[in-house]
Amino acid sequence: MNAPAKIETTLKDWETDQEVRWCPGCGDYAILKAVQRTLPQLGADPANTVFISGIGCSSRFPYYIESYGFHTIHGRAPAFATGAKLANPDLDVWLVTGDGDGLSIGGNHLMHVLRRNVNMQIMLFNNEIYGLTKGQASPTSREGTKSPSTPIGSYDHPARPAAFALGSGARFIGRGFDVSKHLPDVLKAAHAHKGAAFIEIFQNCIVYNKDVFNDFAAPKGAEDRQLWLENGKPMLFAGDTKGIALNRETLSLEVVDVTDGDWQSAGVIVHDVTNRSVAHMLIEMPFGPFPMALGVLYDDPRPTFEDAVIEERKRASEGKEANLAKLLGKGQTWTVSGTAQDPI
Amino acid sequence: MATAAPSDADRPHSGLPASPEAVVVRFAGDSGDGMQLTGGQFTLSTALAGNDLATFPDFPAEIRAPQGTLFGVSAFQINFGSREINTAGDAPDVLVAMNPAALKVNLAALKPGGLIIADTGAFTKRNLDKAHYDANPLEDGSLAKFDVLAFDISEKTIEAVKPFGLGNKDALRSKNMWTLGLALWMFDRPREPIHDWLKAKFKSKPDIADANIAALDAGHAYGETAELAGPLKQVHIDPTPSAPGLYRTVTGAEAVSLGLVAGAQLAELPMFFGGYPITPASAILHHLARLKEFGVTTFQAEDEIAAICAAIGASYAGQLGVTSSSGPGIALKTEAIGLGIMTELPLVIVNSQRGGPSTGLPTKTEQSDLYQAVYGRNGDAPMPVIAARSPSDAFEVAIEACRIATQYMTPVMLLTDGYIANAAEPWKVPNPADFEPFPAQFLTEPRGEELLPYKRDEKGARPWIKPGTPGMMHRIGGIEKHELTGNIDYSPDNHQRMTDLRKAKVDNIAVPDQDVCLGETSGKLAVVGWGSTYGPIHRAVDNCRAKGMDVSHIHVRHIWPMPSNLGDLLRGFDHVLVPEMNTGQFKTVLRDQFLVDARPLTKTSGQPFQIAELEREIGKFFDGVPGNEGGQVPANDQQLPSTEV
Ligand SMILES: Cc1ncc(C[n+]2csc(CCOP(=O)(O)OP(=O)(O)O)c2C)c(N)n1
Ligand code: SF4
Ligand SMILES: [Mg+2]
Repeated sequence: MNAPAKIETTLKDWETDQEVRWCPGCGDYAILKAVQRTLPQLGADPANTVFISGIGCSSRFPYYIESYGFHTIHGRAPAFATGAKLANPDLDVWLVTGDGDGLSIGGNHLMHVLRRNVNMQIMLFNNEIYGLTKGQASPTSREGTKSPSTPIGSYDHPARPAAFALGSGARFIGRGFDVSKHLPDVLKAAHAHKGAAFIEIFQNCIVYNKDVFNDFAAPKGAEDRQLWLENGKPMLFAGDTKGIALNRETLSLEVVDVTDGDWQSAGVIVHDVTNRSVAHMLIEMPFGPFPMALGVLYDDPRPTFEDAVIEERKRASEGKEANLAKLLGKGQTWTVSGTAQDPI
Repeated sequence: MATAAPSDADRPHSGLPASPEAVVVRFAGDSGDGMQLTGGQFTLSTALAGNDLATFPDFPAEIRAPQGTLFGVSAFQINFGSREINTAGDAPDVLVAMNPAALKVNLAALKPGGLIIADTGAFTKRNLDKAHYDANPLEDGSLAKFDVLAFDISEKTIEAVKPFGLGNKDALRSKNMWTLGLALWMFDRPREPIHDWLKAKFKSKPDIADANIAALDAGHAYGETAELAGPLKQVHIDPTPSAPGLYRTVTGAEAVSLGLVAGAQLAELPMFFGGYPITPASAILHHLARLKEFGVTTFQAEDEIAAICAAIGASYAGQLGVTSSSGPGIALKTEAIGLGIMTELPLVIVNSQRGGPSTGLPTKTEQSDLYQAVYGRNGDAPMPVIAARSPSDAFEVAIEACRIATQYMTPVMLLTDGYIANAAEPWKVPNPADFEPFPAQFLTEPRGEELLPYKRDEKGARPWIKPGTPGMMHRIGGIEKHELTGNIDYSPDNHQRMTDLRKAKVDNIAVPDQDVCLGETSGKLAVVGWGSTYGPIHRAVDNCRAKGMDVSHIHVRHIWPMPSNLGDLLRGFDHVLVPEMNTGQFKTVLRDQFLVDARPLTKTSGQPFQIAELEREIGKFFDGVPGNEGGQVPANDQQLPSTEV
């Protein structure tokens, strides 16, 4: 909830005249549409909205949204966005980054924007590959990913964006995927969160990492493989026939069967978005034995960086006068007389 | 050994006349001995006594180097006098050595016949070993060509602070104040300002304040008594005649900070400062962090890249973005500077140069980032560069940097160096009202029918449009953009035009004509400098002119673009000599820009030029001038031996 006044817009108002340069079939198109569909619902004002990105296919995003946009340099978008927010905290900032941009070259900045809690929405398009540079393995590529730079398969262990974000101190973690109809809801929740809201969006790079997310994102059987989380609701999936429970002995999550809708007796957990420990378990839940946790995994706001900076500036200025002439003549001074004139 | 008198007590000390024109004193001790504080307070009292002065703090890179070691020696040199002072002085007249290591490291610099004041209490076997002395130099006659005043300062300090019940270790902390007291007596300086300062500094620990004051007073009293005994004489230095007005001392780091605050005010903009700690640039971050009431936001970023990127982000959003660093940190900022040039946003980058390459000499001074500033980016990425010549000059230069950045929508690099950043000098406090304001303009509606974020004004600058402005939405970025709309445009013609436009914008920045700061506007030799070599060049040229040499001093502030008359000016001299603390970078730029036969005079010892070495080199151009044995034009790419300190 950044923009104070709600503005009436339509999806069309958020389209630019720029030719979109993504490959046909790229998941980025679907994300663009989801965002353009969400912004009018938020009552967002194009004049007050700023999309800031790094470098990558995903980072071309700002050119295609009719708002203010800043396509910066590889990995550093969080730093530009931090400066812009400190200069004008009223701006509604959306950050767009990729798995390479945000977790390789820009991992440091991503960590700090999250821990500082600068109020903005951070969308990390995770296609588990370097798209723009033609398909090298990225820090989120699964072990064994074959790519031009890893011809017989990658061997480094992938980073988990949401776990990284939580570990960095993020207070909002959302997850969605490009073509999901629920993506706008996740974006809206992120926007409603005051502070740095991190959204991992699985995105299909049709050219260099085609359909890697099909195991959970494919429409067929999606019910069984996706756990859409809702605050205050039990963690049910597979048409409410399965749920997620806490094994109190091992202190870990487990999948339990739910019969006749009686999730209570099956011990299914009710999702509490402010529970950081459960959020951590949901993020780390391995796909395969478990469904993919999607939606709002964690949402527990705390004071933002820019509010603290403004507050500090106010306190530091209290009772002080911004008189430059006095400042220049401060400290231990002496006067050389003659026709001395006091400059103060 | 703990006697007050040097061995031959009737010899007049240090050859100093009773009222010399100028005196150079170096305080040297262990890095834990508080020599920088001592020097700083001596500077203050000297300034209050109305003398012109220049200082040179020289401290080790280590925070707490092992006690007593050679590499743990910290020194503070001050040159003060009744005439104009340009440098911290070539060679000290007086060396205060608080331990054997300090003596060993600094002795070579001392003037023959100079005075050594040494604390015998610290000349223990252990400390002598650590300084690699086989025998105690205070006793073995090796200091015969100097005057030595050696006595047990440690013991006298302990005695002086005894009433305060401090343990020996704590008591010895006041040794520097005892020494300062002696120095104050020696040069007839008032003690009151130091008393006041101690009381303020130890407000919450009045006991410590009193102990230090007692030590200071004891050192002072010792001087009086010792004078009665014979060897020590008080020296009087008249105030320097200077223009009437209010004065204070200022370091370069302070002056840059104040200049940036003034520049932002003149541009009528809040300032955003992004920094990351690095020596010697951190001082600017520290100063600005205390000036929040001036609309300053300081941001200690996660690294230098984030610091500059945040500053660019703030400029994008309508504030004056500023960032500051040194050597390695400036290198990290390079890519972002390119983005600032491409997106044509105002930005001031302060580079407090230190010795390089890599980590190099973090606490020493050098001017070796000139190529980096002028040329060091990928692509054709022109950027204005401007250099301060002294601590006080840095104030005006910072204002000038803010002016260029906001008026021309461009990053500007401001060069200072470790010497300027740390050194202090008296400063006639300027009146902000004397500076012409240059209010920044924001575009709030299209100039014609269409919004054209890259349509330039008569200066070649594109409009500044703040996000948040209704109806002005547009996208910018680092990809080549269309000449007018700013939309992505890779077409060959457009890139050619944009490259030309970016270059023309910087080339055509209005900078004042170059003046000659000393001497004629044409003649036999021009000594051309930039940055902190101003002091030694000025004094050396002045001395050479007094000897009848036809030599002028030109000091360039605007490194890029250069003043348009500079080429013609240089061509009016038979020879051009360019002293600089690098391997000849400015010389190369001058040759390239003007096809003049600029000769280099280079030094990269981490120490500033000495006046005498410059005089010697200037002398070589003047065969037959009395007092000059040289007469040889220095060979190309001559490197001064860098062993003097
Ligand atoms: C400093 C720098 N290094 C390297 C590059 C080249 N580069 C551009 S995008 C990219 C990786 C992008 O991967 P990702 O962030 O995952 O974005 P995607 O294209 O997959 O959306 C790289 C390495 C660059 N532009 N700048
Ligand atoms: S390379 Fe991949 S990520 Fe990039 S545009 Fe093409 S499909 Fe999309
Ligand atoms: Mg990617």
